[in-house]
Amino acid sequence: MSERLLEKLSILADAAKYDVSCSSSGSNRKNENKGLGDSKGMGICHAYTEDGRCVSLLKILLTNHCIFDCAYCVSRKSNDIKRAAFTVQEVVDLTINFYRRNYIEGLFLSSGIFSNPDYTMERLVLIAKKLRTEHNFHGYIHLKSIPGASDELMHQAGLYADRLSVNIEMPTKESLAVLAPDKKREDMIRPMQYLKTAIEENRDDQKTIKKVPRFAPAGQSTQMVIGASPENDLQILWIADQFYKKMKLKRVYYSGYVPISTDNRLPAVGTPVPMIRENRLYQADWLMRFYDFKAEEIVTPEEPLLDMEIDPKLNWALRNMNQFPLDINKADYHMIVRVPGIGIQSAKKIVSARKFSTLRWDHLKKIGVSLNKTKYFITCKLDENRKQFDPLQIRQMLLAEAASKYKANFSPQIKLF
Amino acid sequence: MTVLVYDGSLGGLLTAIFDIYEYKLSDASVRKAEETSYSLFGQTRTIHTDEEKAQRVWKKLEDKLSRPALGQFYKTYLSELPGIEDPLIRYVRYVLSAKGSVENDYSHPDVLTVQQTSRKVHREKHRMEAFVRFQLTKDRLYYSIIQPDFNVLPLIRKHFTDRYADQKWLIYDSRRKYGLFYNLEVVEEVEMEFAINTADPSQVAHLLDEKEELWQKLWQQYFTSVNIPARKNMKLHIKHMPKRYWKFLPEKQPVKDNRIDPPAAA
Ligand code: SF4
Repeated sequence: MSERLLEKLSILADAAKYDVSCSSSGSNRKNENKGLGDSKGMGICHAYTEDGRCVSLLKILLTNHCIFDCAYCVSRKSNDIKRAAFTVQEVVDLTINFYRRNYIEGLFLSSGIFSNPDYTMERLVLIAKKLRTEHNFHGYIHLKSIPGASDELMHQAGLYADRLSVNIEMPTKESLAVLAPDKKREDMIRPMQYLKTAIEENRDDQKTIKKVPRFAPAGQSTQMVIGASPENDLQILWIADQFYKKMKLKRVYYSGYVPISTDNRLPAVGTPVPMIRENRLYQADWLMRFYDFKAEEIVTPEEPLLDMEIDPKLNWALRNMNQFPLDINKADYHMIVRVPGIGIQSAKKIVSARKFSTLRWDHLKKIGVSLNKTKYFITCKLDENRKQFDPLQIRQMLLAEAASKYKANFSPQIKLF
Repeated sequence: MTVLVYDGSLGGLLTAIFDIYEYKLSDASVRKAEETSYSLFGQTRTIHTDEEKAQRVWKKLEDKLSRPALGQFYKTYLSELPGIEDPLIRYVRYVLSAKGSVENDYSHPDVLTVQQTSRKVHREKHRMEAFVRFQLTKDRLYYSIIQPDFNVLPLIRKHFTDRYADQKWLIYDSRRKYGLFYNLEVVEEVEMEFAINTADPSQVAHLLDEKEELWQKLWQQYFTSVNIPARKNMKLHIKHMPKRYWKFLPEKQPVKDNRIDPPAAA
C-alpha cells in the first residue's frame, strides 16, 4: 500500500514539476470555525529544491494518463512512460497530512486528460470540495483547469479554489497548431474569459452584498513555455501584457523548455534550458507589473529580443540616457525606481530619508543601494564634477565587473534587481 | 561610564530606559546580566524590572512611533545581539527628543541599525514559519524542535495559532529552552525538559504515531521528485535553505530506503 503510494507520488509529482507556478499568495481565506489552515498572508516557501525553486504547494497531477499528444509535454499519449493515477481520497489525505506537518501551504492540482475534459475536471473539483467541506480546510488550493471543461465546472472550481489557471502553453496559435494539434486556442481563451467575468462580478457583488461566497480569491494565472517554439521576446511580452490588461491575470509564468523529447519539432534532448532568457522575461514582467514600464519600453520592433547580458531595466536606461543623471534629492519617485540598481524598497527609503537631510553617497550605500550600477545614473547634491560616460562605456564597465555573475546559470527566483 | 545590568526581559530594558531618564544617566550603557564582562569597565548598577516604569516607557513609545516602527523596536530587542541595547537606547533618545516623526530617517545610524536588525529578525521569523516541521506523537501532539538564530517564538505565535486551530501542537526552542504549546484552547508559553534526546531518531521513534514515518517518507519522495536535475543550482538552494537548518528538516535527511529517483531524461 505505502509502496504503491510512494511510487504514484514519484510519478505524479515528477510529471507536474514543469508547471513552474508555485505561488500561494494573494488569497484572503481565513481560518474559520477552528478549522485547519489559513491562507490570508503571503505564501510561504517551505522548502527549496536543489535547483533553487520554491516549494510551497503539493504540486501533483491527479493522473498522467492523457488522451492528447502535445509534443512538449512528458505526459503526452505517445510517450512511453509509467502511468499512474491517484484516487480522490489519496490526494485529500496527502494534502491534509502534509499541511498538518507544516510542509506545505496547500495543493496545486492538475491532471492529464482521461476520457474527456469534463470528466477530469469533475474529479479535480471534487477533491477541492472535499477538502473544504469535509475537512474544514482553509489552506491554499490552486486548480488547473482542463482546456475544454464546461463553464459550470469552472464555476464550481472557483467556489473551492483560491486560484485557477488555464495554461496557454504556446505563445501563439501557430505554435499550438504545430506542437499541440489536439488543442485549440479557443479552448483556453474561453475559460479564461469566463473566469475573468466571473471574478469581476464576484468582486463587485462582494462590495454591495454581504454574504457572497468567495470566488477564486487569488484570481487566475497562466503559463507559457519558452524556447520550444520560435516566438521572440517582443511577441511573448506583448501577449503577456494583453493577458494582464484584458484578462486581468494575476500572473503570467514563463517556463523555459526542458528538452524531454526526441521529436524533431522540438529542441533536442541535451539542449540547455533557456534559463537566462527565462530570467530576463521575469525581470521584464516584473517591470511591467510593479515599475510601471510599458511592454514597448522594454522591447521594440527594432530590438525584439531581450538582452541576455544585461537586465532589461539597465538596458532601458542605457537607451534613454537623456533622462539621466537624476538628482536623487529632487527626482520624482517614479523616476527613482527606474534607476538601475534601485529597487522599490530603496526608492521608498530614499524618498522618505531625503525629507530629513540631503542625501549623500554614503547615505545611499547604507540604505542598501548598490552604487556600482547606480552611480552612472544619479547625482547627489554635493557631487558636482562627475565624469560623463556614454552608454556603451557604462555597459562595458558593468559587464566587466559582473562578468562571472552574468555567466552563471540562473533561475527565476534569483533576486531580480 | 555606568553599565546598567538588566535581566534580559523587555520589561527590564524598558525599566532601564526609564531610569536613564529619571536619573539622567546620559552616558549609561545597558547590558544583559549574562554578559557580565562589561562590568569590568567602570561602575555597574542592577536594574530591577518594574512593570509600571516599563509600561510608562512603552506608552511613550506608542505615542511617538507608528505601529511598524514599534514592531521594529521590539524585533530588534528580540535579536538578543550582544550590545544591541545601546543603539536601541540611542534610538529611543532620538525619537523622544525629536519634534516630528524621525522613524524613517535612514540617514541616522541608529534608525538604520534598528531597521536593519529588525529585518534580520523578521527574516528569521519568516524562516521559522517555513521550516517548522511537525511530527505526530502517539497521543496526537504535533511537535517541532527549532533553534532559531533569534528569539522569534513570540513573533511566530500568531501565525501558528491562526493556522493550526484543530490540532494540539508544541514548538520548542531548544536553544532558549522554552516553547509554545497549544492545547486546542489556548497557546501557552511552556518551559520543559525532555527525558530523551530529541535529536536522536531512535529515541524518538517509539513515541511517534505509527504513520508518522510514512508521511515523512512521502514528503522526502515529493521533495526528490519535484527537483529538475537539468536546472540544478546548489548555490541558490543553500542560499534559501542554509545548512544550519537542515537537521530539523525531514526532506534534508539522508535518503533511507526506496526513495525513487526521477528518471534521467524525463
Ligand atoms: S493535454 Fe496536458 S497533459 Fe495532455 S499532453 Fe497536452 S499538455 Fe500534456
